[in-house]
Amino acid sequence: MSRLSLSLSLLVILGGAALLAVLNLAAPPSSAFHVSTYVVSLAGKYLCFAILALALDLVWGFAGILSLGHAAFFALGGYAMGMYLMRQIGTRGVYGNAVLPDFMVFLNWQELPWYWMGFDNPGFAILMALAVPGVLALVFGWLAFRSRVSGVYLSIITQALTYALLLAFFRNDMGFGGNNGLTDFKDIVGLDLHLDSTRSGLLLLTAAVLALQLMVARFLVTSRFGKVLIAVRDTESRTRFLGYRPERYKLFVFVLSAVMCGIGGALYVPQIGIINPSEFSPANSIEAVIWVAVGGRGTLIGAILGAILVNFGKTIFTGILPELWLFALGALFILVTLLLPNGVLGLFARRKPEKSQ
Amino acid sequence: MKRPHSDTLLYLNGVSVSFDGFKALNSLSLIVEKGEMRAVIGPNGAGKTTMMDVITGKTRPDQGDVVFGTDTDLTKLDEPAIAALGIGRKFQKPTVFEPHSVWDNLLLALAGDRRPRFTLWARETSEEQDKIEEILTTIRLKDLRQHRAGDLSHGQKQWLEIGMLLAQEPLLLLVDEPVAGMTDAETAQTADLLREINRTKSVVVVEHDMDFVRALGVKVTVLHEGSVLSEGSIDHVSADPKVVEVYLGR
Amino acid sequence: MNFLRTCLVLILLTAPAMAQSEDAFTGLGSNDFDAIGAAITALALSGDKQASPTIHAIHDETLYAAPDGSLLIKADAGYVDARTGAPVADVVEDDLIAVRVNNKVRRAVDAALGSLDLFAATPDIRRKAAAAVFLSRDPAILPALAKAIAGETNDSVRVVIRQAQAASQLANPDATEAEQLAAVAIIRAKGGLEAQSLLGSLRDQTPAVANAAGEALTALARLQQLWSLVQSVIYGLSLGSVLLLAAAGLAITFGVMGVINMAHGEMVMIGAYTTFVVQEVIRARAPWLFEASLFIAVPLAFLVSGGIGIVIERGLIRFLYGRPLETLLATWGLSLVLQQAVRSLFGANNRDVGTPKWMSGATEWGGVTVTYNRLTIVVFAVLVLAALLAVLRYTALGLRMRAVTQNRRMAAAMGIRTPWIDALTFGLGSGIAGMAGVALSQIDNVSPNLGQGYIIDSFMVVVFGGVGNLWGTVVSALTLGIVNKFLEPIAGAVLGKILVLVLLILFIQRKPRGMFPLKGRAVEQ
Ligand SMILES: Nc1ncnc2c1ncn2[C@@H]1O[C@H](COP(=O)(O)OP(=O)(O)O)[C@@H](O)[C@H]1O
Ligand SMILES: [Mg+2]
Repeated sequence: MSRLSLSLSLLVILGGAALLAVLNLAAPPSSAFHVSTYVVSLAGKYLCFAILALALDLVWGFAGILSLGHAAFFALGGYAMGMYLMRQIGTRGVYGNAVLPDFMVFLNWQELPWYWMGFDNPGFAILMALAVPGVLALVFGWLAFRSRVSGVYLSIITQALTYALLLAFFRNDMGFGGNNGLTDFKDIVGLDLHLDSTRSGLLLLTAAVLALQLMVARFLVTSRFGKVLIAVRDTESRTRFLGYRPERYKLFVFVLSAVMCGIGGALYVPQIGIINPSEFSPANSIEAVIWVAVGGRGTLIGAILGAILVNFGKTIFTGILPELWLFALGALFILVTLLLPNGVLGLFARRKPEKSQ
Repeated sequence: MKRPHSDTLLYLNGVSVSFDGFKALNSLSLIVEKGEMRAVIGPNGAGKTTMMDVITGKTRPDQGDVVFGTDTDLTKLDEPAIAALGIGRKFQKPTVFEPHSVWDNLLLALAGDRRPRFTLWARETSEEQDKIEEILTTIRLKDLRQHRAGDLSHGQKQWLEIGMLLAQEPLLLLVDEPVAGMTDAETAQTADLLREINRTKSVVVVEHDMDFVRALGVKVTVLHEGSVLSEGSIDHVSADPKVVEVYLGR
Repeated sequence: MNFLRTCLVLILLTAPAMAQSEDAFTGLGSNDFDAIGAAITALALSGDKQASPTIHAIHDETLYAAPDGSLLIKADAGYVDARTGAPVADVVEDDLIAVRVNNKVRRAVDAALGSLDLFAATPDIRRKAAAAVFLSRDPAILPALAKAIAGETNDSVRVVIRQAQAASQLANPDATEAEQLAAVAIIRAKGGLEAQSLLGSLRDQTPAVANAAGEALTALARLQQLWSLVQSVIYGLSLGSVLLLAAAGLAITFGVMGVINMAHGEMVMIGAYTTFVVQEVIRARAPWLFEASLFIAVPLAFLVSGGIGIVIERGLIRFLYGRPLETLLATWGLSLVLQQAVRSLFGANNRDVGTPKWMSGATEWGGVTVTYNRLTIVVFAVLVLAALLAVLRYTALGLRMRAVTQNRRMAAAMGIRTPWIDALTFGLGSGIAGMAGVALSQIDNVSPNLGQGYIIDSFMVVVFGGVGNLWGTVVSALTLGIVNKFLEPIAGAVLGKILVLVLLILFIQRKPRGMFPLKGRAVEQ
């Protein structure tokens, strides 16, 4: 990825988000240029997915780790944020309990479980949105990479991981709202979530975070670290005989990627207004993989592009022909892997090798 | 077999490896002195590659000692640790980092800190660049420095891999079938290259090609069915009736 | 006061009539509940032919006392005399008084009915009667029980009656300690929950009896633990054979060929829908074939899923050999398409697949109940596995398959058409998945999502057992099934499953190549 294309992408992401926000807030609803709040939220959602895709590309595209459980990190970040938003509701809930969220009152719980403590503080919630996915990735990755689980084996156990979390979060006694998850949020850091300005603000924040993450990711993959990572991806054993420890490299990106997902999830929940266990479903994680594949694996920008393209397509498609969406998505999986191994970006890429100097 | 002494670089004693009951190495013993170049020959399946796997930590021996220098037990270490001790390896099938340029391949192989926290912030220093230039000259790939390694010819990949070995600055090089698939001219050049390397480093080279081994002009160990069949100069071993029987008989 | 006096007068008035025909029936018309109870018990023991209909009438509250002392049973058409069974005309209904019933009388009726049936002609009714007495434990029936034991010809029924006798003996205040101890022994030998609750109620008996009962109770509890262990193992085997069926096909496509087929679950699902279609056709055209529907569905499901498998291999997978991650993604896409296709064809709702009669019901082995459909699935899994092993070992196709997977180029050089073998191998794996679908249609909801529920489990089974090792798959499926069922009572179903997943993840990280790894150089690349 050249410096030019990086700058261009940053410009498009930030500029696009700013434009939508301005047109939403400044242009009167009667104006032809007005952008509805629905579109603003939709764009925010796409960008959150783009964060997930970017994080996934970092591990899949550059370290060869095809994680089929990345949406789990995203969802964990989302739950951390959801817990904060839940506690912000306070007495405005149906049961009017100042401390306990509605679902706990409904379950006849008397006090807040210990793991809900501190979530009334947004800073703590953000910290957890980073730390929980990060620690899970650290433990899981440490076990997996140390014992050299790789390839499809790794994919399958990451899938099992998110599946186990899915089952766990469905349970009412886990204390995360069971089937229904967390919803009915009112405000975030004192700002009403239903206000247009809050929505636009969240969109801008998401765009800024995505831009920052893109820069971090690009720094990472163009550094010597990134070169080692690519070497590990293609010829892991060879790097070992050169004295590198591939497991440390993989663990580093895996954890970083999980943390990035966590942030994405934390931004996603206030814009969508709900988080429930279905976010953990294995299908979600695999769908994220196809975003990356569509855009072009190992290109960073391609992942972002793919996430936006596919989700835009999904919005359009499910609006017109909902029952055909799965056909389209399935076909996309098949066609991209068969005919477009380098994704959309691969169509434009020069066929010459990438030069480092 | 005598214990390692101060001039011994690599000491294998009674090493056995079996795969599902099949003995790939059968009580193999071998000593390589500091500064020595040793050729190891043997028919296919004799256990030459397996021997290298054992030395570099890829395969754990069922039995026997593998000692580097005077007292480093290699059987207790894993691949990166052994590489860090100064044992470099070239594979039978050339393996280079295909998506990277020739230059980057050498850069990654250069001796230095291998930890992520270093490589994350590392910048190319001028010493590193000089070193890479020097190696490029040695392996005759100066003009191809920015070529994608995957696009190199087979022989060029072999050389690049030897170059990567040099960049590692190992004390001992293990070279598995370096001239397989090379033209005669390339073979001769490779022999020169190895002799040049041997001026400063110890080398163990595995090869089938008798002319090549003869051109090296070093002590030869003949492996057969996982143990040493004969050892000595090339003329000595090729006159050994056991060796003749293994290569020509049956 | 007035009311009492009226009663007294009434009794005095009716006294002569009662005296007129003093027999077992007399007490029934009494005003005293104790007397009625005693009369019922006596009547039951009398052996009178009319005893049974009369006591039944009390049970149904259709027995009436007439002022003349006769007893009348109200039938559909008029009244019959309880003593003779002969119809009675000209009954003045206003004069009749219903025979009075309270809980005590009801108990006597139940016991009496039980003891009456002890002499029934069919052994099954006698057995049931004895079992009922065991629960009611009325010492009053003891004489009837003794009589029944003496007259009993069926050995197994006699055992049950003895148990009933023992139970009643324990409720008998007049029984000797020796008799009661003998009774405890008999009840201990019977075992089961009923015996346990009975023994548990004996704490206030004499110390010797209470002691014996306590001992018997601990022994039975231990026995019951053993049975629940056996039950867990059996349920585990049943779950394991389901897992095995779901994973056996995958053991071929993934284990032997190395193809990551995420649409494997959909092959199972298609097998289940094949069963549905077969049953629909049978219902419409040949209902008499219904009992055989599964036998027709099995080969058809094999052919349908296998055929689709071959098409998938030729149309998609062969372009992706050597690229496992891409295969994973493409076949996932395929699974979405297949699910949606089935949803469009058959609707999103669960379809109703019937269970043939021979598969419904259950059997008891000692302390465990096993349903026939589970049993059938275990047997089916064994048969499928045996057939699969036979195909791989003894057929020309199997030989070629093994040759191709061991050394593709050499096999090609020997003249084996490797592309065809690939297609057939994949078809075989998919066909087995289809057959699994027939079995699963009997225990799971047949919906387009059926396969999704099995895909992760199946992969886990194959990986846990060691890829490429069919026996490993068997051991792994059964192990996982049993572990799951043992964790369930401790942790609950969902948590148990989560625990198994976590354990599996940890296990794979310890032994990435499963319990029974294949070794060799080919594996490492
Ligand atoms: N990982 C392994 N699993 C099973 N057999 C192996 C493995 N590695 C080597 N072998 C066997 O050990 C023997 C020696 O192999 P190798 O060392 O490669 O021989 P050479 O390099 O001398 O040709 C061969 O028969 C080979 O098949
Ligand atoms: Mg070799």
